[in-house]
Amino acid sequence: MNTVVEIHDLRVEYPSREMGQRSKLAVDGLNLKVKAGEVFGFLGPNGAGKTTTMNVLLGFVAATNGSASIFGVDVRQPIARQKIGYLPELTYYYKFLNTEELLRFYARIFHIPRAERDQRINAVLKLVELEGARKRLIKTYSKGMQQRVGLAQALINNPDLLILDEPTSGLDPLGRMKVREIIQRLKEEGKTVFFSSHELGEVETVCDRVAILHEGKLRVEGRVSDLLQQYQCNLEHVFLNIVGYKPQS
Amino acid sequence: MDTNRNPSVNNVFAIAGIVIKEMYRRKDFYVLLTLVVALTLVLGSVSFFNDQHIVRYVKDACLLMIWLSSLVIAITTTARQIPAERESRTIFPLLAKPVGRGEFVVGKFMGCWLSCGLCLLVFYLFFGLLSASREHTVPVLAYFQGMWLHWMCLGIVVALALLGSVLFTAPSSNATICFIVVLGILFAGGHLNGIAIQMRGWRGALVYAIYYALPHLEWYDVRELIIHNWGLIDWVAWVGATIYAGLYMAFLLACAWLVFRRRTVTL
Repeated sequence: MNTVVEIHDLRVEYPSREMGQRSKLAVDGLNLKVKAGEVFGFLGPNGAGKTTTMNVLLGFVAATNGSASIFGVDVRQPIARQKIGYLPELTYYYKFLNTEELLRFYARIFHIPRAERDQRINAVLKLVELEGARKRLIKTYSKGMQQRVGLAQALINNPDLLILDEPTSGLDPLGRMKVREIIQRLKEEGKTVFFSSHELGEVETVCDRVAILHEGKLRVEGRVSDLLQQYQCNLEHVFLNIVGYKPQS
Repeated sequence: MDTNRNPSVNNVFAIAGIVIKEMYRRKDFYVLLTLVVALTLVLGSVSFFNDQHIVRYVKDACLLMIWLSSLVIAITTTARQIPAERESRTIFPLLAKPVGRGEFVVGKFMGCWLSCGLCLLVFYLFFGLLSASREHTVPVLAYFQGMWLHWMCLGIVVALALLGSVLFTAPSSNATICFIVVLGILFAGGHLNGIAIQMRGWRGALVYAIYYALPHLEWYDVRELIIHNWGLIDWVAWVGATIYAGLYMAFLLACAWLVFRRRTVTL
Protein backbone atom coordinates (compact mmCIF):
# COMPACT_ATOMS: atom_id res chain seq x y z
CA MET A 1 0.00 0.00 0.00
CA ASN A 2 1.17 3.52 -0.76
CA THR A 3 2.09 5.86 2.08
CA VAL A 4 -0.28 8.82 2.21
CA VAL A 5 0.98 10.59 5.31
CA GLU A 6 4.59 10.40 6.42
CA ILE A 7 5.94 12.14 9.48
CA HIS A 8 9.63 11.87 10.22
CA ASP A 9 11.25 12.86 13.53
CA LEU A 10 8.80 15.73 13.99
CA ARG A 11 9.49 18.20 16.75
CA VAL A 12 7.35 21.27 17.45
CA GLU A 13 8.14 23.87 20.08
CA TYR A 14 5.97 26.86 20.84
CA PRO A 15 7.81 29.95 22.06
CA SER A 16 6.67 31.10 25.48
CA ARG A 17 4.61 34.28 25.58
CA GLU A 18 6.07 35.25 28.94
CA MET A 19 9.57 36.65 29.40
CA GLY A 20 12.07 34.24 30.88
CA GLN A 21 9.82 31.20 30.40
CA ARG A 22 11.07 28.23 28.42
CA SER A 23 9.42 27.30 25.16
CA LYS A 24 6.75 24.59 25.31
CA LEU A 25 7.51 21.28 23.63
CA ALA A 26 4.30 20.12 21.94
CA VAL A 27 5.58 17.23 19.79
CA ASP A 28 8.81 15.38 20.39
CA GLY A 29 10.42 13.15 17.74
CA LEU A 30 7.23 11.80 16.19
CA ASN A 31 7.51 9.20 13.43
CA LEU A 32 4.33 8.04 11.73
CA LYS A 33 3.11 6.52 8.49
CA VAL A 34 -0.47 6.26 7.30
CA LYS A 35 -1.17 3.97 4.35
CA ALA A 36 -3.70 4.50 1.58
CA GLY A 37 -7.20 3.26 2.37
CA GLU A 38 -6.68 3.15 6.14
CA VAL A 39 -8.88 4.70 8.79
CA PHE A 40 -6.27 5.88 11.25
CA GLY A 41 -7.17 7.00 14.78
CA PHE A 42 -4.90 9.58 16.33
CA LEU A 43 -5.43 9.45 20.07
CA GLY A 44 -4.14 11.08 23.20
CA PRO A 45 -5.27 13.09 26.19
CA ASN A 46 -5.75 16.86 25.87
CA GLY A 47 -2.40 18.58 25.29
CA ALA A 48 -0.77 15.39 23.96
CA GLY A 49 0.16 17.03 20.65
CA LYS A 50 -2.56 15.65 18.35
CA THR A 51 -3.88 18.98 17.09
CA THR A 52 -0.35 20.36 16.78
CA THR A 53 0.60 17.41 14.56
CA MET A 54 -2.49 17.98 12.44
CA ASN A 55 -1.66 21.68 12.28
CA VAL A 56 1.78 20.80 10.91
CA LEU A 57 0.22 18.51 8.30
CA LEU A 58 -2.09 21.33 7.24
CA GLY A 59 0.65 23.96 7.14
CA PHE A 60 -0.75 26.05 10.02
CA VAL A 61 2.32 25.49 12.18
CA ALA A 62 5.94 25.17 11.07
CA ALA A 63 7.90 22.23 12.43
CA THR A 64 10.86 23.12 14.63
CA ASN A 65 12.61 20.01 13.39
CA GLY A 66 11.84 17.01 11.22
CA SER A 67 9.57 16.76 8.22
CA ALA A 68 6.08 15.82 7.15
CA SER A 69 4.66 14.99 3.75
CA ILE A 70 1.27 14.18 2.26
CA PHE A 71 1.22 12.07 -0.93
CA GLY A 72 4.99 12.58 -1.00
CA VAL A 73 4.74 16.38 -1.12
CA ASP A 74 6.24 18.51 1.65
CA VAL A 75 3.38 19.92 3.73
CA ARG A 76 4.87 23.41 3.44
CA GLN A 77 3.80 23.45 -0.21
CA PRO A 78 0.15 24.53 -0.67
CA ILE A 79 -0.23 21.95 -3.47
CA ALA A 80 0.16 19.19 -0.82
CA ARG A 81 -3.37 20.14 0.26
CA GLN A 82 -4.95 19.66 -3.18
CA LYS A 83 -6.18 16.14 -2.48
CA ILE A 84 -7.12 16.46 1.18
CA GLY A 85 -10.27 17.39 3.04
CA TYR A 86 -10.11 18.86 6.52
CA LEU A 87 -12.78 19.12 9.16
CA PRO A 88 -11.67 21.24 12.11
CA GLU A 89 -13.12 20.86 15.57
CA LEU A 90 -16.04 23.24 16.18
CA THR A 91 -15.75 25.64 13.31
CA TYR A 92 -18.14 28.37 12.41
CA TYR A 93 -18.42 29.17 8.73
CA TYR A 94 -19.06 32.54 7.08
CA LYS A 95 -22.34 33.62 8.67
CA PHE A 96 -23.33 35.82 5.76
CA LEU A 97 -23.25 32.92 3.28
CA ASN A 98 -25.61 30.03 2.72
CA THR A 99 -24.27 26.49 2.37
CA GLU A 100 -24.47 26.46 -1.41
CA GLU A 101 -22.46 29.71 -1.67
CA LEU A 102 -19.91 28.39 0.81
CA LEU A 103 -19.43 25.15 -1.11
CA ARG A 104 -19.23 27.05 -4.40
CA PHE A 105 -16.43 29.18 -2.90
CA TYR A 106 -14.42 26.16 -1.74
CA ALA A 107 -15.04 24.36 -5.05
CA ARG A 108 -13.58 27.37 -6.83
CA ILE A 109 -10.50 27.23 -4.59
CA PHE A 110 -9.99 23.63 -5.74
CA HIS A 111 -10.36 24.74 -9.37
CA ILE A 112 -13.28 22.39 -9.93
CA PRO A 113 -14.69 23.29 -13.36
CA ARG A 114 -18.00 25.16 -13.31
CA ALA A 115 -19.83 22.29 -15.00
CA GLU A 116 -18.75 19.86 -12.29
CA ARG A 117 -19.30 22.22 -9.36
CA ASP A 118 -23.07 21.83 -9.21
CA GLN A 119 -22.80 18.05 -9.39
CA ARG A 120 -20.26 17.97 -6.55
CA ILE A 121 -22.30 20.36 -4.43
CA ASN A 122 -25.47 18.29 -4.94
CA ALA A 123 -23.60 15.07 -4.11
CA VAL A 124 -22.05 16.30 -0.85
CA LEU A 125 -25.24 18.02 0.28
CA LYS A 126 -27.09 14.75 -0.28
CA LEU A 127 -24.41 12.83 1.63
CA VAL A 128 -24.62 15.12 4.69
CA GLU A 129 -28.43 15.47 4.36
CA LEU A 130 -28.50 19.24 4.00
CA GLU A 131 -30.23 19.48 0.62
CA GLY A 132 -33.31 21.12 2.09
CA ALA A 133 -31.31 23.79 3.89
CA ARG A 134 -28.87 24.69 1.11
CA LYS A 135 -30.27 28.21 0.62
CA ARG A 136 -30.48 29.07 4.32
CA LEU A 137 -27.84 31.31 5.87
CA ILE A 138 -25.36 29.27 7.91
CA LYS A 139 -25.90 31.47 10.95
CA THR A 140 -29.40 29.96 11.29
CA TYR A 141 -28.05 26.39 11.54
CA SER A 142 -27.90 24.22 14.66
CA LYS A 143 -24.55 22.92 15.91
CA GLY A 144 -25.09 19.52 14.33
CA MET A 145 -25.99 21.10 11.00
CA GLN A 146 -22.87 23.29 11.15
CA GLN A 147 -20.76 20.20 11.71
CA ARG A 148 -22.37 18.62 8.63
CA VAL A 149 -21.57 21.79 6.65
CA GLY A 150 -17.99 21.19 7.82
CA LEU A 151 -18.09 17.65 6.48
CA ALA A 152 -19.58 18.86 3.19
CA GLN A 153 -16.79 21.39 2.68
CA ALA A 154 -14.20 18.74 3.59
CA LEU A 155 -15.60 16.46 0.88
CA ILE A 156 -16.19 19.01 -1.87
CA ASN A 157 -13.01 18.11 -3.77
CA ASN A 158 -13.63 14.35 -3.47
CA PRO A 159 -10.43 14.07 -1.38
CA ASP A 160 -8.21 11.01 -1.18
CA LEU A 161 -7.26 11.87 2.41
CA LEU A 162 -9.58 13.23 5.08
CA ILE A 163 -8.18 14.83 8.20
CA LEU A 164 -10.83 15.10 10.89
CA ASP A 165 -10.14 16.81 14.20
CA GLU A 166 -12.61 15.44 16.74
CA PRO A 167 -15.42 15.22 14.20
CA THR A 168 -18.09 14.14 16.70
CA SER A 169 -17.18 16.62 19.42
CA GLY A 170 -20.30 18.30 20.80
CA LEU A 171 -22.72 16.29 18.68
CA ASP A 172 -25.75 14.41 19.97
CA PRO A 173 -25.85 10.58 19.58
CA LEU A 174 -27.74 10.85 16.28
CA GLY A 175 -25.19 13.34 14.91
CA ARG A 176 -22.34 11.06 15.98
CA MET A 177 -23.97 8.11 14.30
CA LYS A 178 -24.31 10.05 11.05
CA VAL A 179 -20.66 11.13 11.11
CA ARG A 180 -19.63 7.54 11.82
CA GLU A 181 -21.72 6.31 8.89
CA ILE A 182 -20.06 8.85 6.60
CA ILE A 183 -16.59 7.72 7.73
CA GLN A 184 -17.58 4.10 7.10
CA ARG A 185 -18.87 4.99 3.64
CA LEU A 186 -15.63 6.83 2.81
CA LYS A 187 -13.65 3.83 3.99
CA GLU A 188 -15.66 1.60 1.66
CA GLU A 189 -14.84 4.00 -1.18
CA GLY A 190 -11.16 3.47 -0.43
CA LYS A 191 -10.46 6.89 1.07
CA THR A 192 -7.82 7.39 3.74
CA VAL A 193 -9.14 8.90 6.95
CA PHE A 194 -6.87 10.36 9.62
CA PHE A 195 -8.81 11.45 12.65
CA SER A 196 -8.45 12.39 16.25
CA SER A 197 -11.14 11.62 18.77
CA HIS A 198 -11.79 11.15 22.46
CA GLU A 199 -14.65 8.76 21.68
CA LEU A 200 -12.67 5.55 22.05
CA GLY A 201 -15.65 3.25 21.44
CA GLU A 202 -16.14 4.96 18.11
CA VAL A 203 -12.43 4.66 17.29
CA GLU A 204 -12.52 0.96 18.12
CA THR A 205 -15.46 0.55 15.73
CA VAL A 206 -14.20 2.43 12.69
CA CYS A 207 -10.38 2.47 12.82
CA ASP A 208 -7.97 0.01 11.27
CA ARG A 209 -4.95 1.34 13.12
CA VAL A 210 -4.35 3.81 15.94
CA ALA A 211 -1.49 5.81 17.41
CA ILE A 212 -1.54 7.03 20.99
CA LEU A 213 0.35 10.17 21.89
CA HIS A 214 1.18 11.32 25.38
CA GLU A 215 3.13 14.43 26.35
CA GLY A 216 4.18 14.95 22.74
CA LYS A 217 5.63 11.45 22.29
CA LEU A 218 4.30 8.47 20.41
CA ARG A 219 3.58 5.74 22.98
CA VAL A 220 1.88 3.10 20.88
CA GLU A 221 1.08 2.49 17.25
CA GLY A 222 -0.59 -0.54 15.76
CA ARG A 223 -3.64 -2.32 14.49
CA VAL A 224 -6.66 -2.01 16.77
CA SER A 225 -7.22 -5.78 16.78
CA ASP A 226 -3.57 -6.42 17.71
CA LEU A 227 -3.69 -3.93 20.60
CA LEU A 228 -6.91 -5.41 21.97
CA GLN A 229 -5.37 -8.87 21.83
CA GLN A 230 -2.08 -7.74 23.36
CA TYR A 231 -3.67 -5.92 26.32
CA GLN A 232 -6.69 -8.22 26.66
CA CYS A 233 -9.09 -5.33 27.22
CA ASN A 234 -11.03 -2.71 25.27
CA LEU A 235 -9.42 0.34 23.67
CA GLU A 236 -10.40 2.65 26.52
CA HIS A 237 -8.46 0.54 29.00
CA VAL A 238 -5.52 0.25 26.60
CA PHE A 239 -5.52 4.03 26.34
CA LEU A 240 -5.71 4.59 30.12
CA ASN A 241 -2.98 2.04 30.67
CA ILE A 242 -0.67 3.73 28.17
CA VAL A 243 -1.16 7.27 29.49
CA GLY A 244 -0.43 5.97 33.00
CA TYR A 245 -3.85 6.52 34.57
CA LYS A 246 -4.20 4.96 38.02
CA PRO A 247 -7.66 4.90 39.60
CA GLN A 248 -7.88 6.43 43.09
CA SER A 249 -8.91 4.29 46.09
CA MET B 1 -9.43 20.60 -12.97
CA ASP B 2 -10.08 24.07 -14.37
CA THR B 3 -7.14 25.26 -16.38
CA ASN B 4 -8.71 28.42 -17.74
CA ARG B 5 -7.16 30.67 -15.15
CA ASN B 6 -3.92 30.83 -13.23
CA PRO B 7 -4.53 29.02 -9.89
CA SER B 8 -3.14 31.93 -7.82
CA VAL B 9 -5.32 34.47 -9.63
CA ASN B 10 -8.32 32.16 -9.19
CA ASN B 11 -7.68 31.87 -5.43
CA VAL B 12 -7.14 35.61 -5.02
CA PHE B 13 -10.41 36.45 -6.76
CA ALA B 14 -12.33 33.69 -4.93
CA ILE B 15 -11.24 35.16 -1.58
CA ALA B 16 -11.89 38.71 -2.80
CA GLY B 17 -15.39 37.66 -3.86
CA ILE B 18 -16.20 36.56 -0.31
CA VAL B 19 -15.02 39.92 1.08
CA ILE B 20 -17.21 41.80 -1.42
CA LYS B 21 -20.20 39.60 -0.56
CA GLU B 22 -19.64 40.34 3.11
CA MET B 23 -19.49 44.06 2.37
CA TYR B 24 -22.83 44.25 0.57
CA ARG B 25 -24.55 42.01 3.10
CA ARG B 26 -23.47 44.16 6.05
CA LYS B 27 -25.21 47.39 7.01
CA ASP B 28 -22.12 49.63 7.36
CA PHE B 29 -22.07 51.00 3.83
CA TYR B 30 -25.83 51.60 3.65
CA VAL B 31 -25.76 53.51 6.95
CA LEU B 32 -22.91 55.73 5.78
CA LEU B 33 -24.50 56.31 2.37
CA THR B 34 -27.80 57.27 4.00
CA LEU B 35 -25.97 59.68 6.31
CA VAL B 36 -24.05 61.30 3.45
CA VAL B 37 -27.20 61.66 1.31
CA ALA B 38 -29.35 62.97 4.17
CA LEU B 39 -26.76 65.49 5.41
CA THR B 40 -26.02 66.71 1.88
CA LEU B 41 -29.70 67.17 1.07
CA VAL B 42 -30.29 69.05 4.32
CA LEU B 43 -27.31 71.31 3.60
CA GLY B 44 -28.48 71.81 0.02
CA SER B 45 -31.93 72.88 1.10
CA VAL B 46 -30.66 75.68 3.34
CA SER B 47 -29.87 79.10 1.87
CA PHE B 48 -26.96 80.91 3.51
CA PHE B 49 -26.94 84.71 3.04
CA ASN B 50 -28.49 84.33 -0.46
CA ASP B 51 -25.03 83.30 -1.71
CA GLN B 52 -25.14 82.38 -5.43
CA HIS B 53 -22.15 80.08 -4.98
CA ILE B 54 -23.78 78.03 -2.23
CA VAL B 55 -23.50 74.93 -4.42
CA ARG B 56 -19.73 74.98 -3.86
CA TYR B 57 -20.20 74.74 -0.10
CA VAL B 58 -22.61 71.87 -0.56
CA LYS B 59 -20.18 70.10 -2.88
CA ASP B 60 -17.38 70.72 -0.40
CA ALA B 61 -19.39 69.27 2.50
CA CYS B 62 -20.55 66.31 0.42
CA LEU B 63 -17.01 65.46 -0.74
CA LEU B 64 -15.68 65.78 2.82
CA MET B 65 -18.32 63.33 4.03
CA ILE B 66 -17.53 60.97 1.14
CA TRP B 67 -13.84 61.07 2.08
CA LEU B 68 -14.51 60.44 5.76
CA SER B 69 -17.03 57.64 5.01
CA SER B 70 -14.67 55.94 2.57
CA LEU B 71 -11.85 56.02 5.12
CA VAL B 72 -14.16 54.53 7.76
CA ILE B 73 -15.26 51.76 5.36
CA ALA B 74 -11.70 51.04 4.16
CA ILE B 75 -10.09 50.92 7.59
CA THR B 76 -12.80 49.13 9.57
CA THR B 77 -13.48 46.54 6.86
CA THR B 78 -9.81 45.73 6.36
CA ALA B 79 -8.82 45.80 10.01
CA ARG B 80 -11.35 43.12 10.95
CA GLN B 81 -10.69 40.72 8.04
CA ILE B 82 -7.88 38.51 9.37
CA PRO B 83 -8.76 38.76 13.10
CA ALA B 84 -12.39 37.83 12.29
CA GLU B 85 -11.20 34.82 10.26
CA ARG B 86 -9.18 33.65 13.28
CA GLU B 87 -11.91 34.34 15.80
CA SER B 88 -14.58 32.44 13.85
CA ARG B 89 -11.97 29.82 12.87
CA THR B 90 -12.93 30.12 9.21
CA ILE B 91 -9.22 30.59 8.49
CA PHE B 92 -8.59 26.89 9.26
CA PRO B 93 -10.70 25.25 6.55
CA LEU B 94 -9.58 27.95 4.12
CA LEU B 95 -5.82 27.58 4.68
CA ALA B 96 -6.23 23.79 4.76
CA LYS B 97 -6.98 24.08 1.06
CA PRO B 98 -4.36 24.72 -1.64
CA VAL B 99 -4.22 28.42 -0.82
CA GLY B 100 -0.87 30.08 -0.19
CA ARG B 101 -0.45 32.68 2.54
CA GLY B 102 0.42 35.26 -0.12
CA GLU B 103 -2.78 34.48 -2.04
CA PHE B 104 -4.75 34.85 1.18
CA VAL B 105 -3.24 38.28 1.93
CA VAL B 106 -3.63 39.53 -1.66
CA GLY B 107 -7.18 38.12 -1.84
CA LYS B 108 -8.18 39.99 1.29
CA PHE B 109 -6.55 43.15 -0.06
CA MET B 110 -8.29 42.87 -3.43
CA GLY B 111 -11.63 42.20 -1.77
CA CYS B 112 -11.37 45.23 0.50
CA TRP B 113 -10.02 47.50 -2.23
CA LEU B 114 -12.63 46.47 -4.81
CA SER B 115 -15.37 46.86 -2.19
CA CYS B 116 -14.11 50.38 -1.51
CA GLY B 117 -14.15 51.04 -5.26
CA LEU B 118 -17.80 49.93 -5.50
CA CYS B 119 -18.72 52.15 -2.55
CA LEU B 120 -16.90 55.10 -4.15
CA LEU B 121 -18.79 54.52 -7.38
CA VAL B 122 -22.11 54.86 -5.55
CA PHE B 123 -20.90 57.89 -3.56
CA TYR B 124 -19.58 59.70 -6.64
CA LEU B 125 -22.71 58.84 -8.61
CA PHE B 126 -24.73 60.65 -5.95
CA PHE B 127 -22.22 63.51 -6.00
CA GLY B 128 -22.49 63.73 -9.80
CA LEU B 129 -26.30 63.83 -9.62
CA LEU B 130 -26.15 66.53 -6.95
CA SER B 131 -23.70 68.56 -8.99
CA ALA B 132 -25.73 68.14 -12.19
CA SER B 133 -28.96 69.20 -10.48
CA ARG B 134 -27.39 72.44 -9.23
CA GLU B 135 -24.79 73.40 -11.83
CA HIS B 136 -26.48 71.76 -14.84
CA THR B 137 -23.16 70.34 -15.92
CA VAL B 138 -21.17 67.20 -15.10
CA PRO B 139 -17.44 67.31 -15.85
CA VAL B 140 -17.28 63.53 -16.14
CA LEU B 141 -13.53 63.29 -16.81
CA ALA B 142 -12.63 65.53 -13.87
CA TYR B 143 -14.89 63.51 -11.57
CA PHE B 144 -13.39 60.28 -12.92
CA GLN B 145 -9.86 61.53 -12.22
CA GLY B 146 -10.86 62.60 -8.71
CA MET B 147 -12.57 59.30 -7.94
CA TRP B 148 -9.70 57.28 -9.38
CA LEU B 149 -7.11 59.12 -7.25
CA HIS B 150 -9.39 58.73 -4.23
CA TRP B 151 -9.52 54.97 -4.91
CA MET B 152 -5.72 54.81 -5.27
CA CYS B 153 -5.39 56.56 -1.92
CA LEU B 154 -7.77 53.99 -0.38
CA GLY B 155 -5.60 51.23 -1.89
CA ILE B 156 -2.66 52.46 0.19
CA VAL B 157 -4.90 52.79 3.27
CA VAL B 158 -6.27 49.24 2.80
CA ALA B 159 -2.75 47.81 2.39
CA LEU B 160 -1.66 49.68 5.53
CA ALA B 161 -4.64 48.37 7.54
CA LEU B 162 -3.98 44.84 6.27
CA LEU B 163 -0.36 45.06 7.44
CA GLY B 164 -1.69 46.30 10.79
CA SER B 165 -4.09 43.36 11.01
CA VAL B 166 -1.22 40.84 10.84
CA LEU B 167 0.78 42.83 13.40
CA PHE B 168 -1.94 43.61 15.95
CA THR B 169 -4.36 41.02 17.26
CA ALA B 170 -7.18 43.43 18.17
CA PRO B 171 -8.94 45.03 15.18
CA SER B 172 -9.90 48.05 17.30
CA SER B 173 -6.29 48.97 18.11
CA ASN B 174 -5.29 48.45 14.47
CA ALA B 175 -8.17 50.65 13.26
CA THR B 176 -7.32 53.41 15.76
CA ILE B 177 -3.63 53.41 14.79
CA CYS B 178 -4.56 53.44 11.08
CA PHE B 179 -6.94 56.38 11.53
CA ILE B 180 -4.28 58.38 13.40
CA VAL B 181 -1.59 57.60 10.81
CA VAL B 182 -3.83 58.28 7.78
CA LEU B 183 -5.32 61.50 9.14
CA GLY B 184 -1.85 62.57 10.29
CA ILE B 185 -0.46 62.07 6.78
CA LEU B 186 -3.45 63.80 5.16
CA PHE B 187 -3.17 66.87 7.38
CA ALA B 188 0.56 67.11 8.10
CA GLY B 189 2.32 64.94 5.51
CA GLY B 190 2.74 67.77 3.02
CA HIS B 191 4.19 70.18 5.57
CA LEU B 192 6.98 67.97 6.91
CA ASN B 193 9.58 69.25 4.42
CA GLY B 194 8.82 72.83 5.51
CA ILE B 195 9.38 71.80 9.11
CA ALA B 196 12.59 69.96 8.19
CA ILE B 197 14.08 73.11 6.59
CA GLN B 198 13.68 74.96 9.88
CA MET B 199 15.41 72.22 11.86
CA ARG B 200 19.14 71.62 11.93
CA GLY B 201 21.39 68.59 12.28
CA TRP B 202 20.10 65.06 12.64
CA ARG B 203 16.59 66.18 13.62
CA GLY B 204 16.11 67.91 10.27
CA ALA B 205 17.52 64.88 8.45
CA LEU B 206 15.13 62.61 10.38
CA VAL B 207 12.08 64.72 9.49
CA TYR B 208 13.23 64.76 5.86
CA ALA B 209 13.60 60.98 5.92
CA ILE B 210 10.05 60.64 7.27
CA TYR B 211 8.80 63.08 4.63
CA TYR B 212 10.25 60.98 1.82
CA ALA B 213 9.32 57.62 3.35
CA LEU B 214 5.66 58.41 4.05
CA PRO B 215 3.09 57.74 1.35
CA HIS B 216 1.81 61.20 0.42
CA LEU B 217 -1.90 60.57 0.65
CA GLU B 218 -2.60 64.29 0.51
CA TRP B 219 -1.62 64.27 -3.19
CA TYR B 220 -4.74 62.21 -3.88
CA ASP B 221 -7.11 64.68 -2.26
CA VAL B 222 -8.19 66.76 -5.28
CA ARG B 223 -11.47 67.98 -3.82
CA GLU B 224 -10.64 71.65 -4.49
CA LEU B 225 -10.29 70.97 -8.22
CA ILE B 226 -13.69 69.29 -8.32
CA ILE B 227 -15.48 71.84 -6.14
CA HIS B 228 -14.29 74.86 -8.14
CA ASN B 229 -14.36 73.14 -11.54
CA TRP B 230 -10.69 73.98 -12.15
CA GLY B 231 -10.38 71.54 -15.02
CA LEU B 232 -8.49 68.32 -15.56
CA ILE B 233 -5.31 67.20 -13.84
CA ASP B 234 -2.37 66.70 -16.19
CA TRP B 235 -2.68 63.06 -17.32
CA VAL B 236 1.06 62.44 -16.85
CA ALA B 237 0.78 63.51 -13.21
CA TRP B 238 -2.33 61.35 -12.88
CA VAL B 239 -0.50 58.27 -14.22
CA GLY B 240 2.50 59.08 -12.02
CA ALA B 241 0.28 59.24 -8.93
CA THR B 242 -1.28 55.89 -9.91
CA ILE B 243 2.17 54.26 -10.23
CA TYR B 244 3.30 55.83 -6.93
CA ALA B 245 0.21 54.40 -5.16
CA GLY B 246 0.75 51.00 -6.83
CA LEU B 247 4.33 50.86 -5.56
CA TYR B 248 3.28 51.67 -1.99
CA MET B 249 0.48 49.08 -2.11
CA ALA B 250 2.95 46.44 -3.36
CA PHE B 251 5.48 47.37 -0.66
CA LEU B 252 2.94 47.25 2.18
CA LEU B 253 1.46 43.98 0.90
CA ALA B 254 4.92 42.44 0.66
CA CYS B 255 5.53 43.44 4.30
CA ALA B 256 2.16 41.92 5.33
CA TRP B 257 3.02 38.69 3.49
CA LEU B 258 6.49 38.51 5.07
CA VAL B 259 4.94 38.80 8.54
CA PHE B 260 2.07 36.39 7.84
CA ARG B 261 4.01 33.85 5.80
CA ARG B 262 5.63 32.02 8.71
CA ARG B 263 3.06 32.93 11.34
CA THR B 264 1.56 30.09 13.34
CA VAL B 265 -2.18 29.93 12.73
CA THR B 266 -3.67 28.69 15.96
CA LEU B 267 -6.13 30.08 18.46
